[in-house]
Amino acid sequence: MRRESRGNPKVTGVLPTALEEATKIIQALLLAGKEYICVMKLHSQVPKDRIKAVLGEFHGTIYQRPPVRASVKRRLRTRKIYYVDFLEMDGRNVLFKVGCEAGTYIRKLCYDIGEILGCGAHMQELRRTRVGPFVEDEGLVTLHDVSYMFARWKETNDESLLRRFICPMEKALELVPKIYIRDSAVDALCHGAHLAAPGVLSLDTEIKPNDTVAIFTQKGEAVALSKALVSTEKILKLDHGLVAKTQRVLMPRGVYPRMWRGGL
Amino acid sequence: MQRISAHWGIKRSLAVKAEDETNPRFGHKPEERSLQEYMKFGIINLDKPAGPSSHEVTAWVKRILSLKRAGHGGTLEA
Repeated sequence: MRRESRGNPKVTGVLPTALEEATKIIQALLLAGKEYICVMKLHSQVPKDRIKAVLGEFHGTIYQRPPVRASVKRRLRTRKIYYVDFLEMDGRNVLFKVGCEAGTYIRKLCYDIGEILGCGAHMQELRRTRVGPFVEDEGLVTLHDVSYMFARWKETNDESLLRRFICPMEKALELVPKIYIRDSAVDALCHGAHLAAPGVLSLDTEIKPNDTVAIFTQKGEAVALSKALVSTEKILKLDHGLVAKTQRVLMPRGVYPRMWRGGL
Repeated sequence: MQRISAHWGIKRSLAVKAEDETNPRFGHKPEERSLQEYMKFGIINLDKPAGPSSHEVTAWVKRILSLKRAGHGGTLEA
């Protein structure tokens, strides 16, 4: 009794899996860029040079209508393709690597490449090699590894076994611009307050208004995901007023002491 | 044709606005959390096998590690 699954079961590769409290961070990963290695099947023979040329046309911003079976409304939308690199081909099978914005359908990309080639094409196999900061060649573990290490830990009580394949949720925010704040501002944010200028200690450059930012403690713990209200330059100059709106609180209340006035 | 650089290629640097010290009595560096806390705030870079859906794979991880909750950050499309 299998429900129609949204994701394609044929896809393999990087699938960051968040445990318990870390599930709050998933939104940041769904919005992160992805990289795939794809086998595309052409519906007739096409010379290599022509394929390379057509792949090149897909660099930059493309228009894409989500495929018939999709998890979003099927209206034309734009997506950024950072790169499409031809790797090799064998008969009608073409292997290529693509780096793209979240929400790009590779299945549809293959179809569209086939349309432009004129012969038609479809996606044969797909492997995800990157989700934001998570990449294939850094600490990727299989389900077998997970179950083996967990069983070994139960036998030996050796914590390092678990710490080896589980990483802190902060890893997921590696590519998100960060704002580091004072201890005294932490618990207010955990209660849903927005971040005001005096709480800011340091921050990443090139933050623009409306950017998603991650709020961190000085110890490097994630406090919240927020929306920046002003740019880095402005935040550095401000001495009062809100600088970021809290959107998702990541840290439980009461880890840091409550330091704000008023209320109870 | 324009080239757009991937957001994982963007390099940022840190600008300091003020200095302050952090009290060691509260919170922990992420790597110094107790095992229980570490798992509760943990994320696994999992290699999804072909066959089951992402949702099913996540459910397995949840069962193997006997957790209350687990979720994936792959994609809903592909």
